[in-house]
Amino acid sequence: MLELKNISFSAESENGKKQILKNVSLKIDEGFVVITGPNGGGKSTLAKVIAGIITPDEGQILLNGEDITNLTITERAKKGISFAFQQPVRFKGITVHDLISLAAGQDISVGDACAYLSQVGLCARDYINREVNTSLSGGELKRIEIATVLARGTSVSLFDEPEAGIDLWSFNNLIKVFEKMHDTLGGSIIIISHQERILNIADKVIVVANGEIKEQGKKDDILPSLLGKADIACKVLTANCEE
Amino acid sequence: MEIKELELLKMIADIDGTPAGAYNIRANGTLASRSITENVNIKEKDGAPGIEILIKPNTKGEKIHIPVIISESGLRETVYNDFIIGDNCDVTIVAGCGIHNCGSEESRHDGIHTFFVGKNAKVKYVEKHLGEGDGKGERNMNPTTVVNIAEGGYMEMETTQIKGIDNTKRVTKARLQKDATLIVHEKLMTHKKQYAETDFEVDLDGENSSANVVSRSVAKDNSSQLFLSTINGNNICSGHTECDAIIMDDAHVSAVPKITANHIDASLIHEAAIGKIAGEQLIKLMTLGLTEQQAEEQIVNGFLK
Repeated sequence: MLELKNISFSAESENGKKQILKNVSLKIDEGFVVITGPNGGGKSTLAKVIAGIITPDEGQILLNGEDITNLTITERAKKGISFAFQQPVRFKGITVHDLISLAAGQDISVGDACAYLSQVGLCARDYINREVNTSLSGGELKRIEIATVLARGTSVSLFDEPEAGIDLWSFNNLIKVFEKMHDTLGGSIIIISHQERILNIADKVIVVANGEIKEQGKKDDILPSLLGKADIACKVLTANCEE
Repeated sequence: MEIKELELLKMIADIDGTPAGAYNIRANGTLASRSITENVNIKEKDGAPGIEILIKPNTKGEKIHIPVIISESGLRETVYNDFIIGDNCDVTIVAGCGIHNCGSEESRHDGIHTFFVGKNAKVKYVEKHLGEGDGKGERNMNPTTVVNIAEGGYMEMETTQIKGIDNTKRVTKARLQKDATLIVHEKLMTHKKQYAETDFEVDLDGENSSANVVSRSVAKDNSSQLFLSTINGNNICSGHTECDAIIMDDAHVSAVPKITANHIDASLIHEAAIGKIAGEQLIKLMTLGLTEQQAEEQIVNGFLK
């Protein structure tokens, strides 16, 4: 189980220090958890705090009862936390096969690497020897990013807005991937998302806004009220409808 | 040969035992071993130190090794090697130079290689440079490669200098005739106070000739690199030159690509990018369980692969 206790984090902004997370506490058990809320509310920061990419100013993070607050990104990865970036990172010279082998922690065969790619809907043989760079589209990179998390097979898998920057066709494939993960992958799957179709897969929904947990609970308890509040739903599901 | 020399041969030319096919192994300024085949003759060059490699027309699938090793501290040599590759050949030439310097004096190899690639011939040229040894004497190499490609000819150069060379000036000059193609992939890494200069100059003289010159380099510690690349489009042709460098620590890198069109239908592109390893790349690999140092190694090794 992942537990966050009184997590606070501030960052420099144009107008001085801005508090991004305010005394956030939550518990995440095994299952499919979607963290949602308006843009700028602190969701991605929260995911990065869990992965160790951002160090909180205050608070404590426990993984299965062990305090991991002061562990590095690498140490947390080794403890079983994976993170899929909202904007997948590109590498010149590192192939898709290389990246999936690194994720798996060993040199895996082409067949095994292809199996992970197939799980995310990519025709594996077409991709396996390609470099993880500009030759791949945003949707392809996103699915390869997810394949790295599958290859890791960790107890906590974090996905930061997996739907961002991909077309509708890729999004439909992505939904199928997450539906399959929900049924097959163990541990905690935590997804930052605005998408109703992803929210609908969730076992648990957490609403984060203004750096605070506004609501959390079972999907069936949260979604009706969330989607019933037109103004909040608009902010959550389209993220930018205020503009 | 001593073990260290055999190890050098393995590293620079992938020679483990006696190579198959034609070869000429030069060690400490003299001929160590040579073999020729029915299609490939190797002989001493008249009037200058070096060899001539003559490959008969229509020779296909042969691999020729011509490595040089220096293990004597203070040895300095200039060698002129000419490669005459007949029409319609399809061959691979593996060169390379390794210097093991345990002494206090400079060891240096200056190799001037001149290629004459025949009509419709295809050549893959692989060259690795490596320095090692714990002496204070410098390990320097200055390769000059002159390439002449006849009509329809194709040459692919894969040149690598990964470590141990204190000073190098690498000059490549190429002249291409009608429908000829030149592909260059250079990989370079410098450490400590090393200096590396690369200077490409390609003349696309023939109609529909093309060149693609790509250099990837990593500069570490206090090392310096200078990349110069000129492509002259003198006919209907296409040319692309690219320098991509990772800079680390207190290193210095300069890239000066230059393209000149002397014909209305010359299509030329240059690209140059220098930058440090992106923080997000390190973080991504760390989220996969690598330490920061391991992540950096993976990124550099991948970049130079």
